[in-house]
Amino acid sequence: MSDSKAPAAPSPKTNRLGLVLQDYRGAKSTLCAGCGHDAISAAITQAFFELGVDQHDVAKLSGIGCSSKTPAYFLGRSFGFNSVHGRMPAVATGTNLANRQLRLVAVSGDGDSASIGLGQFVHFLRRNVRMLYVIENNGVYGLTKGQFSATADVDSVLKHGTRNDLEAIDTCGLAVELGCDFVARSFSGDRKQLVPLIKAAAAHGGTALLDVISPCVTFNDHDGSTKSYKYTREHDWALHEIGFVPGYENVDVEIAAGETKDVELPDGSHITLKKLDEDYDPTDRLEAQRVLHRAREERKIVTGLLYVNPESRSFADALEMVDRPLAQLGEDDLRPGAADLAAVMDELK
Amino acid sequence: MVVGAGWAGARAMTSTSGPGISLMSEFAGLSYYAEVPAVIWDIQRVGPSTGLPTRTAQGDVSMVANLSHGDTEHIVLLPATVEECFRCGQEAFDLAEEFQTLVFVLSDLDLGMNQWMSDPFEFAEPPYRRGKVLDAEAIEKVGKFERYRDVDGDGVPYRTLPGNPHPQAAYFCRGSGHDEAAAYSESAEVYQRNLDRLARKLDTARDRVPAPVLDAMEGATIGIIAFGTSDAPMKEARDMLSAAGVATDYLRLRALPLNDAVTEFIDGHEHVFVVEQNRDAQMAGLIKLHCGDVAHKLTSLLHYDGLPIHARFIADGVTAKVGQKVEV
Repeated sequence: MSDSKAPAAPSPKTNRLGLVLQDYRGAKSTLCAGCGHDAISAAITQAFFELGVDQHDVAKLSGIGCSSKTPAYFLGRSFGFNSVHGRMPAVATGTNLANRQLRLVAVSGDGDSASIGLGQFVHFLRRNVRMLYVIENNGVYGLTKGQFSATADVDSVLKHGTRNDLEAIDTCGLAVELGCDFVARSFSGDRKQLVPLIKAAAAHGGTALLDVISPCVTFNDHDGSTKSYKYTREHDWALHEIGFVPGYENVDVEIAAGETKDVELPDGSHITLKKLDEDYDPTDRLEAQRVLHRAREERKIVTGLLYVNPESRSFADALEMVDRPLAQLGEDDLRPGAADLAAVMDELK
Repeated sequence: MVVGAGWAGARAMTSTSGPGISLMSEFAGLSYYAEVPAVIWDIQRVGPSTGLPTRTAQGDVSMVANLSHGDTEHIVLLPATVEECFRCGQEAFDLAEEFQTLVFVLSDLDLGMNQWMSDPFEFAEPPYRRGKVLDAEAIEKVGKFERYRDVDGDGVPYRTLPGNPHPQAAYFCRGSGHDEAAAYSESAEVYQRNLDRLARKLDTARDRVPAPVLDAMEGATIGIIAFGTSDAPMKEARDMLSAAGVATDYLRLRALPLNDAVTEFIDGHEHVFVVEQNRDAQMAGLIKLHCGDVAHKLTSLLHYDGLPIHARFIADGVTAKVGQKVEV
């Protein structure tokens, strides 16, 4: 973790902007006590506090669902937009194009992104819009009393005994396949892994997909569920111990040879990945597919940074969008002159 | 995408036709209720469903006027010529930003995809009307900012754009119930107050959207109301009628919501024809809603075979009612 890399600066009470953790909180959550989503909100709060992000530069987006309520519960000083079920990616794309200076943080759910919004999800990844895209994945539709969602594992069982007959859609597998340049999976109960992953995802130059298993305590936390706290803990296959050192800290990253991999991002920050059981290279897309398929076969939940390509070309770059927010462009920039119109009219004569 | 860009402060529009609007109608309610500027250009084609995809109609009028679940009303522009479409470009954005809401522009397949003769377009001189946007300095000056507070009594609140660094600037935009300060609310009073303000806002827009254009004829007791591409054959139809001794006044609608100019026009004539290119007299329905008990005065002339409306259809429709024969 970044703290352990910089022993001279122990866990700070204030960050580089002179703000305290409390300043990064949002409204009080209305979700069920013990909901995984609240732990993720807390992890986002902590990550952005520790990074010292100016909240006015952040726009929070979400679709509809339990998960999509959460942007109200973190970064209370940021603008937020709770949009339409499954179609947050379109709203986020428009926001990014209108103002590429905004750092987008989006929260969606497995229903929002893998069911109604799957088409939007796929095209968003294809476009590589710069955004931290968190899917709070609990395998059920919590707001409508806990039916299976499209990410529920085959043969997992609902509270009242209904068995799921269908194969799960794996958002991480899809993302790797679609060319997403930052794909990670984590667990809401593992803040040690989640916080540095959020920091790394926030530093990424394109879409950073972070699928977080986030147990639903009301509808999907029983025996027979494969998205419960107990099941996730017992079947968690962590690829590495992850750390993040932001670029502004300007600290030499010490790498223990053979034990830790280091991925440098264009903004000068570093992701450090300490080896656990076996070697894993997160810059190999095929390797990412392989571990995801293996995890499915072995009924494990593989967590960590599955794939990263630090040299990511975002949608705004591909479109050569201006750096200045479009909202700040005036008539001088936007309105061609009378002579230009006359020239067009002449062509049509 | 347009809604996201509009929220972030860019002028954004998309163009589509009826089925695209049906598919994405949820966003119309979001734009109206969360008060996000957006422009949708509808090249109307024949419906319902896939209908006749390459034929023309004015069949989306009642759909877009109130599109969305719940109580909703949108500003709609009704250009009749390519030159008017050109001017509508700026007008639609100006209105969307001034009223922080969705603006539909109803073109149709005849106007949008056929070739038309036109005089050269004139260069638009008027400055952009960007509406009530507060930057950090402006918030500092007024001292207090609440996103949905009706400060001026016209139903139109002030807004801030993401990225505004003032500590009061940020707000949470949502399609769920919200109070004046943009906080989530399920309060009955707050909900009703907000809905009433939105109605007040659209009332303000009533007299700010492009007004109907009146083309009067000496001694006319018969009125004709039309809009959009029905304008093209109207001149010829009125000439035919005039030659047969039937003088007509013509009111061309250019926008919704309707205003009192329509009521006055109907009041001032013995008989009024409403010409439109759909089966269900969609515009006449909106006129009856706005103008009250005028049904006895209105006769609808409805052209809905997918082909452009023509002068003979209008002239015959009028003479059939008033008992004159038109010579060609």
